[in-house]
Amino acid sequence: MTQSNRISTGGRIDRSHGLEFNFNGQSYQGYAGDTLASALLANGVDIVNRSFKYSRARGIVAAGAEEPNALVQLGARKDTQVPNVRSTQQALYDGLVARSTNGWPNVQRDVMSWVGKLGGNFMPPGFYYKTFMSPASMWMTYEKYIRMGAGLGRAPTESDPDIYDHMHHHCDVLVIGAGPAGLAAALSAARGGARVILCDEQEEMGGSLLDSRETLDGTSPVAWIEKTISELASMATVTLLPRTTANGYHDHNFVTLHERRTEHLADTASDAGFPGQARARLHRVRATRVVLASGTHERPVVYANNDLPGNMVAGAVSTYIRRYAVVPGNSLVLTTSNDHAYRAALDWQEAGRKVVAIVDARANPDGDLVRQARDSGIRVITGSAVIEAKGTQRVSGARVSAVDLDHFVVTGRIEDLECDTIASSGGYSPVVHLSSHTGTRPKWHEDMLGFLPGDVKDMISTGGVAGHYALGETLADGARAGRQAAIDSGFENAEELKLPDIKERRDGPSCALYQAPHEKQGLRAPKQFVDMQNDVTASAIELATREGFESIEHVKRYTALGFGTDQGKLGNINGMAIAARCLGRSIPEVGTTVFRPNYTPITFGAIVGRHCDEFFDPKRYTALHQWHVENGAEFEDVGLWKRPWYFPRNANGKKENMHDAVARECLAVREGVGILDASTLGKIDIQGPDAREFLGRVYTNKWAKLEPGRVRYGLMCKDDGMLMDDGTTSCLGDNHFLMTTTTGGAAAVLEWLELWHQTEWPELQVYFNSVTDHWATMTVTGPDARKLMSEVTDIDLDREKFKFMDWKEGNVAGIPARVFRISFTGELAYEINVQANYAMHVWKTLFEHGEKYNLTPYGTETMHVLRAEKGLIIVGQDTDGSVTPEDLGMHWAIGYDKPFHWIGKRALSRPDTMRGDRKQLVGLKPKDASIVLEEGAQIVLDPNESIPMTMMGHVTSSYYSPSLKGSFALAVLKNGRERMGETVYLPMSDGKTHEAEVVSTIFIDPKGERQNV
Amino acid sequence: MFYIFCPYCKEHREEEEFHPRGQAHLMRPEDPENTSDEEWGDYLFFRDNPRGIHHEMWVHSVGCRKFFNITRNTVTYEILETYPMGEQPTITAESEGVRLEQGAQVADGGWQTVGARPENKALNEEASS
Repeated sequence: MTQSNRISTGGRIDRSHGLEFNFNGQSYQGYAGDTLASALLANGVDIVNRSFKYSRARGIVAAGAEEPNALVQLGARKDTQVPNVRSTQQALYDGLVARSTNGWPNVQRDVMSWVGKLGGNFMPPGFYYKTFMSPASMWMTYEKYIRMGAGLGRAPTESDPDIYDHMHHHCDVLVIGAGPAGLAAALSAARGGARVILCDEQEEMGGSLLDSRETLDGTSPVAWIEKTISELASMATVTLLPRTTANGYHDHNFVTLHERRTEHLADTASDAGFPGQARARLHRVRATRVVLASGTHERPVVYANNDLPGNMVAGAVSTYIRRYAVVPGNSLVLTTSNDHAYRAALDWQEAGRKVVAIVDARANPDGDLVRQARDSGIRVITGSAVIEAKGTQRVSGARVSAVDLDHFVVTGRIEDLECDTIASSGGYSPVVHLSSHTGTRPKWHEDMLGFLPGDVKDMISTGGVAGHYALGETLADGARAGRQAAIDSGFENAEELKLPDIKERRDGPSCALYQAPHEKQGLRAPKQFVDMQNDVTASAIELATREGFESIEHVKRYTALGFGTDQGKLGNINGMAIAARCLGRSIPEVGTTVFRPNYTPITFGAIVGRHCDEFFDPKRYTALHQWHVENGAEFEDVGLWKRPWYFPRNANGKKENMHDAVARECLAVREGVGILDASTLGKIDIQGPDAREFLGRVYTNKWAKLEPGRVRYGLMCKDDGMLMDDGTTSCLGDNHFLMTTTTGGAAAVLEWLELWHQTEWPELQVYFNSVTDHWATMTVTGPDARKLMSEVTDIDLDREKFKFMDWKEGNVAGIPARVFRISFTGELAYEINVQANYAMHVWKTLFEHGEKYNLTPYGTETMHVLRAEKGLIIVGQDTDGSVTPEDLGMHWAIGYDKPFHWIGKRALSRPDTMRGDRKQLVGLKPKDASIVLEEGAQIVLDPNESIPMTMMGHVTSSYYSPSLKGSFALAVLKNGRERMGETVYLPMSDGKTHEAEVVSTIFIDPKGERQNV
Repeated sequence: MFYIFCPYCKEHREEEEFHPRGQAHLMRPEDPENTSDEEWGDYLFFRDNPRGIHHEMWVHSVGCRKFFNITRNTVTYEILETYPMGEQPTITAESEGVRLEQGAQVADGGWQTVGARPENKALNEEASS
């Protein structure tokens, strides 16, 4: 293949540096400086994609971020795939591999296009919903096939080999866009002394100057660009970020910049010669002032078949010719509403190819460029527009007619012009997207025929986006904006910038041309595309308005206008104009939709940065973790903690399963002695003269008389009376308490205590500190616990001197320890707390002495079974934020007669919490003891009731108990305590119904004697 | 993402360091025993959802752990002031109302569609005039 459309001179490409690339399986050549799009055009590749809904052949339309069609799947390997890359924004590199995102079996011969052709007229907006409405149950089946036919990019299936990172900046002035306005603004602000970040999404800074026909100081603008950039680069206060898209503008002048660092060089950073470096970087910038210099997007004109390959926006034609030395065709027809677009025809002619005609919608165009075109012998047809493109795989002609835009009709004889390219320009849309991210609505300016950014606090818009289209005006406005931004951010001495000389050009006024009329009306005309990425046509918008969608937001959702990665860059204003025409309103009355981040797609890699794996999801380990690992523990995640779940043993070369391991561990605790690492329990150290008073207010039960050396179980409610946490609190001294919380609730409880102290009771002298990580906790429990403990501690363990719910200080294994006689198993238990650093020594010492007692380590699963056998709740498992202490049958832990109005008390006398039919905690004993009920299973009273059945409650905890030799469960059940002995039913999704008897929540040792021995 | 001035640390920090804790200046009834169910229900469950000036409580949860209040415009998301617990805001909906009469800029936004609703049309005309 030869580069048939390449011109031999000019452009900003390096002809000495040829590059090979592969598109849709075929090899091509291009040059350094090309984008993938310019290289494809140079090689005469017309069809680059198939459209999303109708599978129509599509070519390259634009030259930048606004390109709707030329999306590719980039990447040579499975692990380097990037979907939906705009080929207009992808620099060419040697060995680049890309495929069209849509088209099967390929873009040249596409199966779905027949559906599009045959069904095109029958696929109005809402087609899928309307057609595949019924039966509703079949939708899932239809959808599978519909999705196969549609196609966007494919996600990579293998892990990304590259790394990404984030950088945080604070700057005085962030300038977005390095076109003429942005460069002038950055230079102006930087000279004033401000710290400036200048970012630009393109390969090269310079923006519209890079393909301009105009001169600065009598020479090519490129010289001025180079001079400006080199001055900026020399300043320590300036950061230049090329290939960096400002993709989101968030609250309080927070802007995210997506910098592509190696994507213009190779598939991966390693391939590019930068192993170990970030492929892309997300800059998180907090700027005192933002200067928005994002420029404009040219609007194409909507006419019939305007999506055929060979239809382009006029400015893109100039860009390809002047910047990339590519003429994307042989013979051109230009249809325009303004002077500026004339340069496309002039550039085309100067490149040595034929300009068939310029079709101008205005009656009497007479600007400098118009005169120049006429002088060059180009035919100018006035008062007319291209109303239809002819052709099948590419444009072969243009149908041109005089038009009356006020009445939207074709007025004259239709002339057929032969050509292979139609360039169109309906004017310019300021790129207001970023300003709109802030929630500020753009404002319509009738004189500009476009939306300009609304007022965003601490932002100045400048240049094209602010409605300044002439180069001289743009430069002056940029300089002004930069100086203002510097002054606003504290650099009051910023001076005015001396600007280069520009030869002023006189442009005539533009006219409003969004859609060209056709001699056939509405759906009878060939398709006129408004949004090519989403295949939205003018007639679809017309239909939407006829069906009653009057708000542009509704039109958008009904037709998909402005959806997807495109975000309405080319189509939105045209779509609004068409809706406005159909509704007989003005464009501002129809309104604009809100553009959302991101401006162009950003890779997940850049969003994630280094926040992968443990930096995303940190893990917490106890001081004993290594022992658990060495002893074969299986782990369970509890909050961020890794807790031993159970400790399977290896016997006869076989690993115990969970059921057997848990059964063994349970029996060890009930019959001998077991040990649990309970270090993850939240621990809060509470001190101060009012600590006791404070506890009385946040717990439901009484604390006034708890003596030093004693421990009490407490319930904590929210002020709505619902249980939020539980745990024991020990009195360490009159002004000193140690509170324990659930593992998952530790941080929330600490914040809860702070909340009430700081906002309601600041007069109380009390201080809170988290000591969860400071102490390791080991629970030694079982009938042999005392015997084992007596071997390792100097604490007097006499049952009269160290009673249940006492705590003592002493040494354990020679280490200072606090030992608490509290029990979550119902057995005799000692909870040993030592400074975490000494925990391993104490733990190992316990095992040395424990061997003769068959000391058995147990995990959370066994802990759950043992506590459930005793009817001890776990907050968050047996409760769910709608359960009061009364519902749990914990009347004994509620101090209704406490003097202060503690949190939750008032709510316990609300009518709802006093209802007679509240769900109450009960035990369930399945009639078939071999069946472990499903947690979450619903309880009904009448198994034969038809669906929907009356649901009376549900199972909250359910296990097999080796001690009971059968299954058991805890459940919440309406009026549960009045239903003791009744039979309830649990219908399951597999059609089976289980039977269970309502019993007490305490299954073992109802009198609580074992823990008191 | 907000940029929040902590009135205790006396510096601006990123929103990631803070947690919002809902409406500020909620008074727990002094005498709950003699508070009607309805009043208690209001205190527990009912919150303002103003379009415009709102006073919110936040906590510098991974900073100084202090609770404080923010006066924020729920339309523009502008934070107008932050102040410690126990203090009253200097900027309120009422004081902003006064500013409006004096010709200060009206915060617009809220509805996503310009002109789709009659009240927005009025807003629009106001904005363009």
